[in-house]
This record gives sequence, C-alpha cells and structure tokens, in this order.
Amino acid sequence: MEDTPVLSLSQVSKAFGAVRAVREVSLDLYAGEAHALAGENGAGKSTLVKILSGVHQPDAGRILLDGEPVEFGGPANAQQAGVAVIYQEPTLFPDLSVMENIFMGRQPRSRFGIDRRAMRTAAAELFARLGVQLEPDRPARGLSIADQQLVEIAKALSRQARVLIMDEPTAALSGKEVARLFGVAEALRGQGCALLFISHRLEEIFKLCQRVTVLRDGGFVASHPIADITPDDLVRRMVGRELESLFPKQETDTGEVALSVRRLTREGIFTDVSFEVRRGEIVALAGLVGAGRSEVARAVFGIDRWDAGSVEVDGRRLRPASPTAAMAAGLALVPEDRRQQGLVMDLSIERNIGLAGLAALHKGPLISRPAERERARDWAVRLRLKFARLTDPVNVLSGGNQQKVVLAKWLARRPSVLIVDEPTRGIDVATKAEVHRLLSELAGSGVAVLMISSELPEVLGMADRVLVMHEGRLVAELDRAAATEESVMAAATGRSVT
Amino acid sequence: MTTDLSRPAERDLTRLARRWEGLILVLLVGVAGWAALGVDGFANTSNVSFLLLDTTEIALMALTMTLVIVAAEIDLSVASTLGLSCAVLGWLWNAGLPIEAIMPICLLVGAVCGAFNGLLVTRLGLPSLAVTIGTFALFRGLAYVMLGDQAVADLPPAYTSLATSSIGPVPLMTVLVAVLAAVAAVVLHATGLGRSIFALGSNEEAAYFSGIRVKRIKFWLFVASGVMASLASLVYTFRYASARADNGVGLELAVVAAVLLGGVSIFGGRGTLPGVLMAVLLLGVVRNALILADVANEVLNFVTGLLLVASVLAPNLGAIRRRRTSPPLEGKSVS
Amino acid sequence: MTATATKTETVRRNGGRRLVDRVARVRELGIVVALAALFGVTGAVNPSFLTYGSLRDILLNSSIVALLAVGQTLVVITRNVDLSVSSVVGLSAFGGALILADHPGVPIPVVIAGCVLLGAACGAVNGLLVGAAKVPALVATLGTLYAFRGIDYAWAGGRQVNAADMPEGFLSLGTRSVLGVPLPALVALAVLLVVGWMLRNFRSGRELYAIGSHPEAAVLAGIRVRRRIIAAFVANGALAGLAGVMWAARFGTVDATVATGKELDVIAAVVVGGVAIFGGSGTVYGAALGALLLASITSALAVLRVDALAQTAINGALLIAAIVLDRLLALRVAAALRRRRFHDDH
Repeated sequence: MEDTPVLSLSQVSKAFGAVRAVREVSLDLYAGEAHALAGENGAGKSTLVKILSGVHQPDAGRILLDGEPVEFGGPANAQQAGVAVIYQEPTLFPDLSVMENIFMGRQPRSRFGIDRRAMRTAAAELFARLGVQLEPDRPARGLSIADQQLVEIAKALSRQARVLIMDEPTAALSGKEVARLFGVAEALRGQGCALLFISHRLEEIFKLCQRVTVLRDGGFVASHPIADITPDDLVRRMVGRELESLFPKQETDTGEVALSVRRLTREGIFTDVSFEVRRGEIVALAGLVGAGRSEVARAVFGIDRWDAGSVEVDGRRLRPASPTAAMAAGLALVPEDRRQQGLVMDLSIERNIGLAGLAALHKGPLISRPAERERARDWAVRLRLKFARLTDPVNVLSGGNQQKVVLAKWLARRPSVLIVDEPTRGIDVATKAEVHRLLSELAGSGVAVLMISSELPEVLGMADRVLVMHEGRLVAELDRAAATEESVMAAATGRSVT
Repeated sequence: MTTDLSRPAERDLTRLARRWEGLILVLLVGVAGWAALGVDGFANTSNVSFLLLDTTEIALMALTMTLVIVAAEIDLSVASTLGLSCAVLGWLWNAGLPIEAIMPICLLVGAVCGAFNGLLVTRLGLPSLAVTIGTFALFRGLAYVMLGDQAVADLPPAYTSLATSSIGPVPLMTVLVAVLAAVAAVVLHATGLGRSIFALGSNEEAAYFSGIRVKRIKFWLFVASGVMASLASLVYTFRYASARADNGVGLELAVVAAVLLGGVSIFGGRGTLPGVLMAVLLLGVVRNALILADVANEVLNFVTGLLLVASVLAPNLGAIRRRRTSPPLEGKSVS
Repeated sequence: MTATATKTETVRRNGGRRLVDRVARVRELGIVVALAALFGVTGAVNPSFLTYGSLRDILLNSSIVALLAVGQTLVVITRNVDLSVSSVVGLSAFGGALILADHPGVPIPVVIAGCVLLGAACGAVNGLLVGAAKVPALVATLGTLYAFRGIDYAWAGGRQVNAADMPEGFLSLGTRSVLGVPLPALVALAVLLVVGWMLRNFRSGRELYAIGSHPEAAVLAGIRVRRRIIAAFVANGALAGLAGVMWAARFGTVDATVATGKELDVIAAVVVGGVAIFGGSGTVYGAALGALLLASITSALAVLRVDALAQTAINGALLIAAIVLDRLLALRVAAALRRRRFHDDH
C-alpha cells in the first residue's frame, strides 16, 4: 500500500489570532487504510478535520490530492474532491426528508425537475448497501444520532467519497450501534475508501485502524503502524507524561449522607436511578456518552423535570425542576458544556463569578461593587486563576482558566454537594492536575462530590466509588478495589449487567 | 500567554462601546449645533422645551424596550398597547367614569397586554418577534373595536394642562422621564436583577444553570413594557387632549430605532441606558429640526429608517472589512 | 439484528413518520376546513355570501395579498422576514401610475416590467443588507419599510393619481375576468403554481428549505447561502412590484399611502398558512390559502354586519392562534419522540 496517498497534509499550520491551533502537521491517508487521529482535547484534531473538509484554510503548508497540490476554498471544493466528513453531531436538515438530506444539491433530475422516484430508489439502494432500514421519505427530525450518522455515511457513499473522515462518531452510540457503524466502515475500507477515524476510546482505535497519528498541543508527535504500538505507549504519546502523578485523591473519612437520589426516572432518558453520596466522598458516575449521566445530573439540579422518584439533600426533599431550590439546599453543578452552560462568555470574570450568588452581593437594593470584586478576587487567587484583570471577558481565557472561573462561581457559594460534569474536558494537563487536587481537597473538607467523567483514568484515580450507567439505567456500583478499566467498561457497554 | 492576549481584546471592546456612545454624543451635539445655527426657531427656550416634551412617549417606552432587548427579546406591540390603552381611556370616559378611576385601569390594561406577551413567550417558548407582531395587530384591532374612528376630546383640562406644563423651562413630563430613566438605569446597571438581565440576554442557558429565574424575569420585563406603554398612552392622550384608537401608530419603530441606535445589541446582552437616552434625544432633535426646516413629516420616517439600518450596519461593515484582512476568530479580533 | 427487532424498528419508524406527516398536513387541511366552515355558516346566515359576485370579490380581494404571501414565503423559509413589502408595493403602485398618467405613450407591458424591476431592486437592497452585510432581517427590513415609504412620499410630494389619469386598457386589467375568474386572481394563481413547482422541483428551491432548516449545515453542505438569500429577497421584491401594478390597476386611485400596513396581513397569511416563522418548512400553497382565509373573513364580517374594524384584531388573533397551535403540536411530537428513544434497544 506504499503508493501515492489519496489525500495528504504536508507541514500544515493554522493559527486563530495568537493561538496556534495546528503547527506543521503532516498526515497521509491511503486508499483502503483506516487511519486514527489521536490526541487529547485541544490537541488540534478538530482544526485538522476542518482543514481537510475545507471549512478552514491553512496558513502554511499544502494539501495534496493524489500527490497534486490542491486548495479547498470551501466545503464544496473538498466535497468535489471526494472528502466526506461525519461529525460527532451530524449536520442534517431536520425539516427535510432523509433522501433529500443525502442528495441535497445533487438531486437526480428528469425533464420536469427533481425526480423523486429516482431519488427514493437511489436512497433505498444506499441503505441496502449499508444494511440498514431507514425510510427515504421520513424527515430527518427525530432520528437517533446513530441513524443520522448513517444518513451522513449514505451521503458520502452517494458522492463516491474516497476519503471518509469520522470525528468522534461513536461518542453518543450504544454498543450495538458502534458495532453496526464499524461494520459499515470496514466494508467501505474494503471498497478502497481511505478512512480517518477520531475517537477517545483506544480500544476502538486498535480494533478499526491500521495506522495512528498522534497530536499534542497542536503539534505532530508521531505516526505509527498500529501493530508497532501498545495502548499504554499511545496514551503516553498523547499525554506526554506519566499518568500516576495526576490523580491525588486523598483518603478521607466519609460522613453522613449528603445527597440521596431515589428511583429517579425521566421517561425515555433515564429510569429508576438510585444512589447516595456521603460527605467527604467522591463518587464517579461513569458510562458512555448518551447513557444518561449528564441528564441525571441536570434533573438532580432542577434543570429538567423528573417524572418519578425523589432527591434529598441533607435529608430535605428537593422541589423538582427548580435550580433555585437546589442551590438553596446546598447543591452546585459545574455543567458539561463550559462555554454554553457554565459561562456567559461576553461577561467579565468578576461578573461570571458573582452570577450564582447575586443575593449575597447586595447591599440594600443595590449590588455592592467592592463586594463583587472582593469575592471574585478571593476565589481567583485561591484557584490560582491566570488573568490580567477581573473585568476581562472570560472568552479571552484559556479553557483551563475558564473552567476555574466556573468552579469559583460555585465554590463561592460554599456548596455541601458539588456535581461536576466532565470537569477536565479540553483543559491542559497542568490545570487538570490542579482541578483534581481541588476536588480532593473539597472532599477532604467534607463536601460530597459527584463526578461525571468519560476519562477512565480520571474515574479510577479520583473516585471512592464508581457508579456505572448504561442506556438510562444504573447497572453497576463498584467500590475502589473492584473498579478497574475492564469492570467499568464492561458495565458501561452493557456486557455484564448484574 | 493568556494574559497577553486578553488585554488588547478587552480594551478594544470597552473602547468600542465608549466609541459608539461617544459617536452618538458627537452626532447629537453636531446636529443640535447645526440646527441652532442653520434652522430658524430651533435655539429658543420654548422650542427646546417642546422638543423635550415631544420625545416623552418614545423615551418612556425606550426605557423598558432597552431592558427587553438586552434580555434578547423584543416587544413590537408597544405602540398598539398604547393605542389600546388610549381607546380604553376614551371609552370609559364616554361611559362616565371619573378620570382618577380610569387611569389605574389603563395601567392595568397595559399590564395585562404585557402579561399576555410574556406568557406566550415564557410558557410556550414562542419567539417574541412572532408573538408581538401578532399582538401588534391584536391590541390595535381591539382599540379600533372599542373606539372605532371617534376621537374623545372633552378630557378634563386639569390633566391636559398638567401634561403640557413646565417647571421653569423644563416640561413636567421630562422630569417624569428623568426620574424613571434614573430608576431604569439603576436597575439595569447596579442591581442583581440588571446583572441577571445581561447574563440571560447574552446566554440564556448559562444564566439558567446559574440559578437565574430566566422565565420569571422575562415575563415581568414584558409586563413592565406594557405598563410603560400605557403610561405613555396617558401622557399622549392628555398632551394632545385626544383619545383615539390610532394614537401612536408606528411609534414602535421610533422606539426600537432609538434603542438600537443607542448601542443596544439586537441579539441581547449588550447596551447601556445612557446610550439609549442620547439616541432618543438625537432622534428628537433631528425630527424637530426637520419639521422647523419644513421638511415633510414622512421624510422623517425615511431618516429614522436609515439611521436604524445604519446603526446595525456600521459595526457589521467593520467586521466584514476586518475579516478580509485578518484570520477569523469569533469575538476576538475586535480592532 | 433479529427479526423481531427489525419489526419493532420498522413499526417505530412508521409511527414516527405518520406523526410528523400528520402534523404537516394538519395545517393546510385545517385552513380548508376553516374555509368550509366559514362559507357554510356565513352562507346559511346570508345566502348572498355564496353568490358569484361575492365569491368573485373575495378572489379579487385576496389575490394581491396571496401574491405577496407567496413572495414572503420564499424569504421566511430561509429563516428571514421581509417587513418592507408594503412599502415596495406602495412605491411600485405610485411609480407605475405616475408613468401611465404623465407619459401615456409608454406601452403598458413596459410599465409592468419596470414596476417588477423596481420591486426587484428594492428586494436587492434588502437582500444585500441581510445576505451580504449580515444585518438581521427584522432590523434591515423594518428600516427599509420606512426608507422605501419615505422615498415614495418624497416622490409623490402629496400628489394623487386618479383613475381618470390612467389609460382604460390598464385599469381594465385589474377588473377584467377570463372565463368568469378575475384576471388578478389568475395572475396570482399562475405565480403560485410556478413558484410552488420551483420550490418543490428545483435544486435551488430545495436549498432555500435547507438554509432555513439548518443554516450551518447548509454552509457545510456547500450551498451558496448568501446568493440564495439574496435571490429570495429579490424574487420577493419583484413579486411585490408586480402586486403594486395590480394594486394601481384594481383601485385606480393611487397616492403615497398605498398598502400601508399590509405587511402585517401578508405575514399573518404566511404564518396562518403553516410556514414556520423560523424557516425550513411550509409551502406557498399554505400561504396562499392563508391569504384566501383572511380575505374571506373580511368579506364574511361585512356580510354578517360585524364592524370591519374588527379585521385587524382577527388577523392578530389568528396569527397568534397559528403559532400557538404549531408550538403545541411540536411539543407533542418532541415528547412522543423522547419516549421512544431507548425502546427499540430492549
């Protein structure tokens, strides 16, 4: 297979303002080969995908198609060149039919315009090739993520794509759906398609791919045939350090129950979830993305309504669907989507920190500016926030520092129960360690911590107990000794439901 | 590295805001200066106090409209609420009720109109644009149903003269505007409620995740907008000594134009009350000067429309030019 | 996948499809039912409502708003809105009438073409503001609503063109009937069919839906979003220009206030006709039916001797009822889809 690559990047760089997202990265994609792109969040994988798909244009370096330099001025150019992308969140038109989503802009035509019958037949043929059952006429709205991805793949097939890029396609899929997707991917590879596969799950990379390229902090680290590397090596290359030092959870004495969730159900989302978190304890909620973990957290905190069950904080029952009531009871939630849910990006650091406790900043009817500033400064120093001025908008901070602002906002309320959802997603290694230390200290001071995380090492390193969810149900509870990568993954993928 | 990045961006943002309000101020002074020199009858006390009086209704409604738009909503029904409130006033006056009893009823009508908008927006999650285009027609239509095309003019002189009276050169109604503007400015810029309004206008989800009662605040903002519209209707009716169903037709444009011209972002989360007040004054001066210069009333609408488009277009054109010269990154490359 | 799983999955998908289909159809069917009820009840109370003359008037009255509703639909399905149409109608009506009155030598087809071009030019201004300069459509067209009207006033300078000033051949276009159907209604019907066919059968038509349905995805799919949005505004402007000539021919008396406030009727017709205000769905047929319903209500009110002043309020109430109904249906669909989420996996 050492002939000319179908598509390659040569010494490509891309900067956004002063942030160099990708630096001199090279990548060769061969026909019939599945190539994995590995790296932590923020390593530059998404930027690279957007360069390949024509969304971004590189500042330096070249894109080569069959060995010839090309320029992708926009997504349309890349598509014409045979590059198709499946994003983690597929980008379908919800109001249009499945077949129109596949053929948008290339609908088969007869003399009287679009030939719907031909389009329907073509779509059905594509689905038959993929071995899936989807009605060409139904609208895309309401399709599961897995089905939406299949529509995207059908679209790629119909374009006779030669390069298929899959950006974390499995993140929201169940085990069965992943197997189906991999079957399709294997078949495409067999037909001579070049695959670029991005996933955080190492076992998927080793299962599907023949070659892996590692990125770290926007730079190229290494490219290997998959047979020459072990999972541990790969992790070391991605992280650039040893893992053990990262997770300093201290042993603490656990106190009485602070958070008690009983038979909580939200129809179609999660069912019959019961657990407790004690003071001084860190309990991890593990499982695949889409298993319902964040949804449980949202319901507990009152963002979403629950249909049945109850939540108690320090023995007091919470009113459902009221974040205000949850906060008054001592709950705090550091949400999963920092930019969308955790912060108001246009507002300043001090206003963001003050946002969850405005009542405490009042002097009579007015906000006390000194109190607002003092609170922000106090917590910024405690969390070692790197900032120029407290009046800077938070969107100029790095991801790690933004996460510290979210933490400061909630810690300033002195919560008795802290729920953190993916607390270290997309932040740099040093800050990650700081966040872990902070969570450990909080538990040590008697706070009950519920941590949702998709990173197994983080779960295993930090948690006193691990709860595992699978498809909306709590399927396992493992204490520290029993929690291993194997046992957690087995439960999360529904293999050993007890 | 983060700190290096942050400083220029932040400075540029505040500079832009200051520059925008500065620009409006310069325009205001410039237009007023031009009018004082070039337009006969502009620069005398009675005209200036008439000018101030003439902006009362727009200024009143702009106060609450600012809060509504900062919260990333819009209320296009204000002028129709004003009309309905006028119609109710005229109808009840014809029915023989004392004016002191009618006025609180009018304010109540405004509150109900606002609550109707607010309920549709917050309970059903409907876009306020669509809702208030609907109530824009509904409220005005109800006004026509109540009062038809008659004008109720025999209003008590005590009130009609109060509406046009002055304290020295300053119209009484301008004092009312000043007091309410001060209240609105304090609420928006110096209270937790104001902080919450900015936060939810900028990112509703994050505000909700911070325990801010997003729906409740939005609901009451619509109610406040309705009450303010009916307060404006009282001023309007007494000032012109005439309660008609078509009172204030088209005023919503002037109000929205003033708010946007004052630097409030149509997407919410950004803006200041002083900026809006200056824009209200600017539009008032332009209108007054053009009337004195004998320009047809309808051309004023042309100018208002143009200013409205320009106020949104100007920052966008800047952004487009920048996009051509430097690599894009949303929200960062403000130069 | 086992046979039973396949079966349940198919059942589920059919169920989902049926549900969504039903919601889509509910609207146009609803209007037809409402129309039937309106005609039935009004006709029962006053049979003169169902005479040829009365029906002809309803068609005549609805044709201009229907034409505008068709154009507005093009814009609204791209997730935009054009509030300035009434001013474009006014400008075109006055411009056309003025030329006919002052330059009787200009052939009528040239005048009509000129008005359509004038409308298209106004549409281009809106399109460039929204598509190229990224001004929110609401703000841009609220501004041009007043700007175009201002130009109209400045041009008219208080002048009024009367029927007596215009050639008879032109005026007859507004009232003449072909096979018993008034000409303006035929024009509106022709435009409706052509635009409806293009929206369904042209790739560019489908792209308008795609843009409104998911703007970012449209960019990723390689659709030239800016060009399409500008084209939608230009087409809408051209139709408004055509509506302006029809207005002049039908009413004969034209001044600078022509069609003031009509944008509301148009938007009400579009929304009542089931075009989603946030883009991506709805048809021109629904919008035209909406216009017909509103015009029929006006006539019915007159026949039933209800004050004509109630019309504005009824338009507003209908618009609100339409969006509330849409929302409630959407919520029910969403709830139904949520319940199904995990069921096929067990």
